[in-house]
Amino acid sequence: MMRDARSLLQALREPGSVEALGNDQWPELISIARAESLIGTLAHRLKDVTVPDRVRAILQDAAEAHDLARQQALWEADCARRALADYPGKIVLMKGTAYVAADLAAGVGRSIGDLDIMVAREDLSVVEAALLDAGWEWVKPDPYDDRYYRDYMHELPPLIHRERDRMIDVHHTTLPLTARPTPDARAILDSAIALDNGLRVMAPTDMVLHSIAHLFADGDLAGGLRNLWDINLLVRQFAETDEEFWTDLNVRAKTHGLIKETQRALRLAARLYDTPVYRFSAGHTQFSDYLYARRLLARDGYGRETRKWTRFAFYVRSHWLRMPPLMLARHLWTKWRKGGKSLE
Amino acid sequence: MREMNQIRLGIGPAAFRIASAWRQPLEQLSGLYQDYPAPTDGIVDFTVRLEPEKPWRRYIRPSVHIGGDFWLPDAAPLPLAQGLLAAEMGMNLQMALGWRRHLLLHASSVEKDGKALIMTGLSGSGKSTLSAMLAERGWRFMGDEFALLDLDTGNILPFPRLISLKNQAIGAMRQVAAADRFGPEMKGTPKGDIRHLVPPKPAIERMDESASPALLLFPRFGHEPALRAMGQSEIFVRLTQASTNYVALGKAGFHALTRFVDRVPTKAMDYQSTDQAEELIESLWNQLP
Repeated sequence: MMRDARSLLQALREPGSVEALGNDQWPELISIARAESLIGTLAHRLKDVTVPDRVRAILQDAAEAHDLARQQALWEADCARRALADYPGKIVLMKGTAYVAADLAAGVGRSIGDLDIMVAREDLSVVEAALLDAGWEWVKPDPYDDRYYRDYMHELPPLIHRERDRMIDVHHTTLPLTARPTPDARAILDSAIALDNGLRVMAPTDMVLHSIAHLFADGDLAGGLRNLWDINLLVRQFAETDEEFWTDLNVRAKTHGLIKETQRALRLAARLYDTPVYRFSAGHTQFSDYLYARRLLARDGYGRETRKWTRFAFYVRSHWLRMPPLMLARHLWTKWRKGGKSLE
Repeated sequence: MREMNQIRLGIGPAAFRIASAWRQPLEQLSGLYQDYPAPTDGIVDFTVRLEPEKPWRRYIRPSVHIGGDFWLPDAAPLPLAQGLLAAEMGMNLQMALGWRRHLLLHASSVEKDGKALIMTGLSGSGKSTLSAMLAERGWRFMGDEFALLDLDTGNILPFPRLISLKNQAIGAMRQVAAADRFGPEMKGTPKGDIRHLVPPKPAIERMDESASPALLLFPRFGHEPALRAMGQSEIFVRLTQASTNYVALGKAGFHALTRFVDRVPTKAMDYQSTDQAEELIESLWNQLP
């Protein structure tokens, strides 16, 4: 029985290695890959490797599912573009949709859920009104949650389209306003790169740093293997095509206040995915890297979440990162009184 | 974490691994599925997990949470006495959310002379009971939950899992099927009383054998016997609603479904008893080309 997700990393790093897997191990690998939302990526990586027939069929299904997800993501982005046709400001695609729209390696086989876009903070109300006008609606009508999003978060409360049932998250920066690092949102918009259809994606260094901020300065590392895989591919692709990349990344990480997070991300990417990283940018190995790796790998061959205490520790940390202690106490108190779940 | 107990099952083209924190549901499953061939190489399409909802619920008022490769966030847990039902629901969930090799129709199907009769409709329409009854009257049972429509050939493939009998259907089937084919009686489940029935032997022996769709019915139990024509667009829309993966298949699903609607004669059928339904079905069947 596979006790952690190491076998998935191995398969992604060295696709040929799966030829040694036994029939009992395949279902375990597939359960892990599905649970970590990396099955589409795995399908792509194992394209040219000999695998048993049923595994081939499963991977083929995953590849087709992700082709469709890609098409739907691009369509959804175009719907937003048309809804905002009269908005003169920049509309920047984020995360998965950006990777496929910019045709990056990180987009191949990647699962994509909601549409994430970023606009200038002062334009939020204009953009919001235009989207509401075009058929998007509020998902969370709760006044506390709504207020919370607007006062402290880096995005509007999520909107869902009433006919297509797809969500859009409208961001104005890349981290909650309560988080300690304060990324320079203006700089991100200023250097965003225009696509043919007028939508934009972040410049390479910002794209990497957004992924890093999302994984290491916000949230509890859930789905972290997938996010770290994104970072791995983005870094590989950008470093190969631009020799200034490492220098630029360093400068930009300072701009956004994400030096430590960047070092951590690069060390973990190198550790788990063999990402070739510039040693100066990665800093020194720390004991806590081991804890992060432990958390990221906490998934067994049944697809179950394991290492409950490690997971819980990172969950607590995610709230700590997001809010100062007093505010956290007030937030949890309000949430507890409402009997609701904590805000995700 | 603790090891789980697990078994593997092959049903039609799909193979499952069922992992459970308790032995009981797996022992019931292995008994009822004993005539089904195990997946040849042990490789499966899906994993279903039956786990305690909270760690202490393994022993204290054991409560089964249905998980697996594909899952729904709001699935209600079931008491351990309904563990078999939880396993069946888990397998259905994997198919509904994860299967892409065929268009899945939420329908029952039976076969005669190489041709398939497909019955679809809302729950309570009697499609499941009808397929079980017809299977005791000379038809080959193909499935009571999902009919798999082949995207290339347009044929229907069987998915003959255990027949899930509900409420009055349990008593009705007790009168025609041998007692050793029944699973444990589960009272007061979210869907009422449920008892599983092992399909007749030919259904299991021929579970890889497809059939060409010859007739589609929308049965409705409890009304004066009648047959009504339906418009093609209504049929199409109702089938998109009856399919769990129509949207997920994109263009391939659209082509398969339009071809199906174009080719397969369709009727709405009202009936009050199995005998009436059988008579109506025979009359339509004999007129088929």
